[in-house]
Amino acid sequence: MANKDTKLLEVYGLKKYFEIGKQKTLKAVDDVSFYIRKGETLGVVGESGCGKTTCGRTCIALYEKTGGQVMYRGEDVHLMKGEKRRKFTKQVQIIFQDPYASLDPKMKVQEIIAEGIRSHEMAETEDEIRKRVEDLLVTVGLDASYGNRFVHEFSGGQRQRIGIARALAVEPEFIVCDEPISALDVSIQAQIVNLLERLQKKRGLTYMFIAHDLSMVKHISDRVMVMYLGKIMEITTSENLYLKPEHPYTQALLSAIPIPDPHVEEKKVRIRMEGEVPSPVNPPAGCRFQNRCPYAIEKCQIEEPVLKKVEDEHFVACHRCKDLKK
Amino acid sequence: MDTILKVENLSVLFRTYAGEVQAVRDISFEIEEGNVTAIVGESGCGKSVTSRSIMGLIKKPGIVSEGSKIFFRDENILAYTEKQWEKYRGQKCSMVFQDALTALNPTMNIGKQITEKILVHRKVSKKEAWQEGIRMLELVGIPNAAMRMKQYPHEFSGGMRQRVMIAIALTLNPELLIADEPTTALDVTIQADILEMMKGIQKEQGMTIILITHDLGIVANFAQDIIVMYAGKVVEKGSSEDIFYHPAHPYTEALLRAVPRLDVMEETLETIEGAPPNMANPPTGCPFAARCRKKMPVCEQRFPDKITLVEGHEVCCWLQREDK
Repeated sequence: MANKDTKLLEVYGLKKYFEIGKQKTLKAVDDVSFYIRKGETLGVVGESGCGKTTCGRTCIALYEKTGGQVMYRGEDVHLMKGEKRRKFTKQVQIIFQDPYASLDPKMKVQEIIAEGIRSHEMAETEDEIRKRVEDLLVTVGLDASYGNRFVHEFSGGQRQRIGIARALAVEPEFIVCDEPISALDVSIQAQIVNLLERLQKKRGLTYMFIAHDLSMVKHISDRVMVMYLGKIMEITTSENLYLKPEHPYTQALLSAIPIPDPHVEEKKVRIRMEGEVPSPVNPPAGCRFQNRCPYAIEKCQIEEPVLKKVEDEHFVACHRCKDLKK
Repeated sequence: MDTILKVENLSVLFRTYAGEVQAVRDISFEIEEGNVTAIVGESGCGKSVTSRSIMGLIKKPGIVSEGSKIFFRDENILAYTEKQWEKYRGQKCSMVFQDALTALNPTMNIGKQITEKILVHRKVSKKEAWQEGIRMLELVGIPNAAMRMKQYPHEFSGGMRQRVMIAIALTLNPELLIADEPTTALDVTIQADILEMMKGIQKEQGMTIILITHDLGIVANFAQDIIVMYAGKVVEKGSSEDIFYHPAHPYTEALLRAVPRLDVMEETLETIEGAPPNMANPPTGCPFAARCRKKMPVCEQRFPDKITLVEGHEVCCWLQREDK
């Protein structure tokens, strides 16, 4: 049994830029460093365009990196080749946001799930493969006979379960969940989240859970990382984040979330941000949040804050958070 | 307070190759003037079809069944001619759609899209209409309104587009505004801004709003009345207080418990097992029976008539009825 503190994924100064047209660079992920421990869930939140999906995909080498380093069990994922790379693709899987677009409509469910088992030669006979697929379907709460059907016969929630079964098929240890529940109805969301939690307990999985729904992220994550315009603003345990958020952006995000309770909602004080998210092609100088921050001072416009430790397991990138606490 | 809108026995079905899909099944409710009423439910529960029926937007293969009635200030609008509809839409009742990018015309500048409506309905000059357009954009909190009038939808962010949609809906001062998931596609921060803006305008002008949504969170601080729909039926309705603190239908209860709350640390989420029924072949009894934890034999046989618990709080559930 591995130590609880074993770092499964370590990210150092990761950058991912996209060239868009003449001399324009979109800095989707710009110099982020973090780690994920074995067996934990790291939630990644932020508004659309903050780079959370790009970050997740670059971490598992679905995208080439522009700079920095991603280490998985001490190996650079972007330099893996041949057998190592194959092994890595077996250890790491992803569940996509859109359960309608991410499953091939021309393939039977059986084939979708069996694809990974076949390519990693995890079963010897056809019978064995079928048996495995049936087991997986049952594991994710579907009927074993569904393997013979096509994807269009299923609802959104069922499709997402198929997506999870496909990810589980190769017995991975690390799964990137890229907004796996945003496209689903509330009553179905809870089903999928509970399924993911149950699987994690049973199989000791590690998750990177990307979402914009902070209340769900709080529920599922051990630690949460808040991103804004390609940077990490704050990273801490999920309890800390909700009880004592330090970064003005985190506070603003949290205060914008509606709570399904009229009495609580009435008393809530909102921290307002100015304007909208600037374009990541041309982010503001200094702190990226500076032009929307209600507490910005001159220093914020000149110097970019670095991620600093404020207490155990709590890191914030803000010049002002110390003063604000007083 | 006066009743502005009264829906009586509304049924809407869609004839498809897979059979008749009964999207809305014999529902009745009233909307009080000056109130915000939320219609809450999951996809396919019939909430959008209901709102489209109120706007007269049900087109083939959709059919509003005979016997359905919708009264807008005592006039049955379902008996309207196309001419009457045209007058009604925009002046009396207006709608904000969910997806602002597809609802706006990408080849027309914003100014033209706002003034078009004013010029059709009112006898004013183009210049006056343009001024009115600028005023509307300012009302919904769009900075540099005069300059923004000349821009095209692609030059606006998602939140700003939705503001434009609301501005267009509000021109001509409609008495009733239907907002169909107005903030679903937006980030939480933008959502909060837009809801705040709508709330402000609603208070100021005393407008009646029907808010269609699946998110109980945004309803909490906005609506006075709530209608909960499930599988084409109204299963519960009441004041916001009734629904949030004294939910009587197991579906409403489950819905409230299925969403994680920011201010509570819960261990596991309660789930509603299963999925909503197929509306091409809806069950005869209570449609929620198959997923209900408190199911009784009678639930699968007959749909319960509504029962009034306290004034204004009505529920359709056998648990509350004594004649089970």
